[in-house]
Amino acid sequence: MSLVDSPKTDTLPKLVARNAATDPGGAGMREKTRGVWHTYTWADYQGHVRDFALGLASLGFGRGDKLSVIGDNRPQLYFAQLSAQVLGGISVPVYQDSIASELVYVLNHAETSVIVAEDQEQVDKALSLKDQLPRLRSIVFDDPRGMWAYDDPILCSFESVMEAGRAFGKANPDFYAKEVAKGAAGDTAMIAYTSGTTGAPKGAMLSHRNMIATAEAFVEVNEIKAGDDWLSYLPMAWVGDAAFSLGMALVAKATANCPENPETVQRDLRELGPDAVLAPPRIWENMLTTMQVKTDDASPLKRRTFEHFRALAERCELKRSDGNALSIVERLGLAVGQILVYGPVRDQLGLRNARWCYTGGAPLGPDTYRFFRSFGINLKQIYGATEATAMIACQADAEANPNTVGRPIPRVEVKIDDRGEVMLKGPNVFKGYFKQEEVTRDTVTPDGWLKTGDAGFFDKQGHLVIIDRAKDVGKLTDGSAFAPQFIENKLKFSPFIREAVAFGDQRPFVAAMIAIDMQTVGTWAEKRGIAYTSFMDLSRKGEVATLIGEEIAKANATLPDMQQAKRYLLLNKELEADDAEMTRTRKVRRKFVAEKYANVIDAFYGGENSAEVTVEITFEDGRKSTMTSIIAIHDLVSAPPVRRAA
Amino acid sequence: MDDVSILGVATLSKKFGGVTAVQDVSLEVPRGGILSIIGPNGAGKTSLLNMISGFYKPDTGRVVLDGQNITQKKPSDIAALGIGRTFQNIALFSGLTVLDNLMLGRHVRMKAGVLSSVIYWGMAQKEDIAHREAIEEIIEFLKLQDLRKQPTAALAYGLRKRVELGRALANDPKVLLLDEPMGGMNQDEKEDMARYILDVNQERGVTVVLIEHDMGVVMDISDKVVVLDRGRCIATGTPDEVQRHRKVVEAYLGTSKSGGRV
Repeated sequence: MSLVDSPKTDTLPKLVARNAATDPGGAGMREKTRGVWHTYTWADYQGHVRDFALGLASLGFGRGDKLSVIGDNRPQLYFAQLSAQVLGGISVPVYQDSIASELVYVLNHAETSVIVAEDQEQVDKALSLKDQLPRLRSIVFDDPRGMWAYDDPILCSFESVMEAGRAFGKANPDFYAKEVAKGAAGDTAMIAYTSGTTGAPKGAMLSHRNMIATAEAFVEVNEIKAGDDWLSYLPMAWVGDAAFSLGMALVAKATANCPENPETVQRDLRELGPDAVLAPPRIWENMLTTMQVKTDDASPLKRRTFEHFRALAERCELKRSDGNALSIVERLGLAVGQILVYGPVRDQLGLRNARWCYTGGAPLGPDTYRFFRSFGINLKQIYGATEATAMIACQADAEANPNTVGRPIPRVEVKIDDRGEVMLKGPNVFKGYFKQEEVTRDTVTPDGWLKTGDAGFFDKQGHLVIIDRAKDVGKLTDGSAFAPQFIENKLKFSPFIREAVAFGDQRPFVAAMIAIDMQTVGTWAEKRGIAYTSFMDLSRKGEVATLIGEEIAKANATLPDMQQAKRYLLLNKELEADDAEMTRTRKVRRKFVAEKYANVIDAFYGGENSAEVTVEITFEDGRKSTMTSIIAIHDLVSAPPVRRAA
Repeated sequence: MDDVSILGVATLSKKFGGVTAVQDVSLEVPRGGILSIIGPNGAGKTSLLNMISGFYKPDTGRVVLDGQNITQKKPSDIAALGIGRTFQNIALFSGLTVLDNLMLGRHVRMKAGVLSSVIYWGMAQKEDIAHREAIEEIIEFLKLQDLRKQPTAALAYGLRKRVELGRALANDPKVLLLDEPMGGMNQDEKEDMARYILDVNQERGVTVVLIEHDMGVVMDISDKVVVLDRGRCIATGTPDEVQRHRKVVEAYLGTSKSGGRV
């Protein structure tokens, strides 16, 4: 029986109460401050949620009101979200690195009345927008550091709200229990604003049923146990974080651990050694790149040892995935490698205890994927969407495979419609977009099927394979299908290519804009004595253009002839979310980029050798400036001798 | 010397051979305030700080901290009495980590004897934990969490300056003497440092004496400004008063009559 079927456990605040009653001394949440991990037991957890909820009630916060948290992952910000839900309110977490105009849009659209800000930096942001947010009544700050200079009456500290809550609780002793009991599974728990690769963000309403039932299904597949540790380091505004740090943690009594600050995540991960890790491909790729850079700097003996065992592991992994048995020598080698290389590397990465690791959000390069698997890290793929409470399908331990996203999670039904679009039905399907009934009707069919907007198919084993966004799949002028993301992902598998944007819809051939990876290309250039000053300078070096050309040729070799990139250029700046070229979750906003770089696209297909590009740059503080420059366009000479992939 | 000032300097003079570095300088540092000392190069600013912190012995005059004459005390005693300082040319142990440098800065506050420290038992252990907690507070305050275990030699210049401020704070000073904390910094780093200085002053209640060349910063954050020129104090007052002072304008700009920002 699902938890949502019982009126005692059908909302997240009720699960907090259940955990506090059944396991008061268990670790509910941990936070690293002042260099030490501090534990909130389930009883503390409940105490904070209760005091803050009562404090909110004394501020006049009530059913249907919206509370937004903004900041890095902090227990207080999680507690605040649950406190709002206690009172029948809705949590609307927002991205802490959003620029002002995006924030104003979301906060106004969601009708936020209380903002809980992590620190002075976020308070400054909220205060600067105050005049544009007519519904805002309070800004609560957690970290009092630097707040001595502020006297705006709209501000109050988290501690003072809890204090008011304790007083309110004394005056109204039954209030809390009654408010919690009023909650029902169908109530909206949170509104998650989707990053939106097109147009303005949309607010997906997720109910307590969505959160709880989805977490239950996931817990079932992955055998999550009470007390399992989990590092809460992904943005709080991303639905995946809420699904894990709140949904799964509360359902399974697992422990969410908040790192000290974003810069210490890698070290905190290692200290904690969590039981499970979820990270987008970008982070896995970064880990691998950092490790490669470190290896290159190591002494020759260490380097050779690492390279030897790495090659051995990958050879064995390939053999194993082909179903071949390993020889005794190979097995012996792996055992030695376990002691000398694999174990220490897992430990360095903070993955020594991880029973499973998931990557999701975008495809991961097969080389990266194989590297982690061969080192004994149980890396698997997950597929989800905000509208499906972050989870649709995932791979079981025995079914890990870089090309698929596994099977649908229990109780979720997935089908492919006649246009190739992935559709699903189940308890994870959201309630609809907040104040956007029409868009909701376009997204969910009358009989309850959610259209994901992704094109995909089931392979022979019944595993789901995702190709691209359905609306992005176009046609080249010769009529062959053109799936830009598919091509871009092949290009991005190169460690030297950070981002790629492919063009080709209604065009005679495929062309690609490339943003180089500053770290790897920089190291590569330094080794060859190529001096450079900045990203722009580096992107203009002829040697770099040749290097990227070779990398594209390698990717082309894995693509059908018509899908191969024929021309390319190197962007002189990185694609940035601040410039609206990418979403906050780092997906390319294709249409916007196509408009912004219209000149470039004309030059690609007009056969020119360079294009003038004027781009608007948004600085971190919101100021804008424009930059005009000439970017060279390169042709891919037919298949140069390709170095063997490492 | 009264309750309004925490640190007083009276008719302080110092000569190096035939060169007069500081002559007859008197000033009062307001309790809980920020006092800036400005002046052209060679005006005697650093020499004045060196006399306050006990590195130089003045030829005449005296230094009074909270009613106590500290003129003839050793630098280590003065530090223990509550005067902390940073140096123009960063004084950190470059081979030690950020954490160790900060712990060293707290050394004068550590009381446990050699024996109990060696066996790390009882008082020594308790004390170590309490001191580490105080240091962690500073690490959090200055946002150095990710650098704890980094050797200071590997840090960027602006960060080393920040660690140096932390090192001075580790001693729980009542008065902090900062010698050009923003020298060689870019605008962003300067703004960060100015904010830290204000927070040190307001949140930790530390009185600050600042030597700084960036007039924008000085005028923005100081309660009181003292101007030195060739070893003499030529003006004292609020930032506004000092900016309008004729002698100050002359010292900085020659004989120009511009009344604007110096």
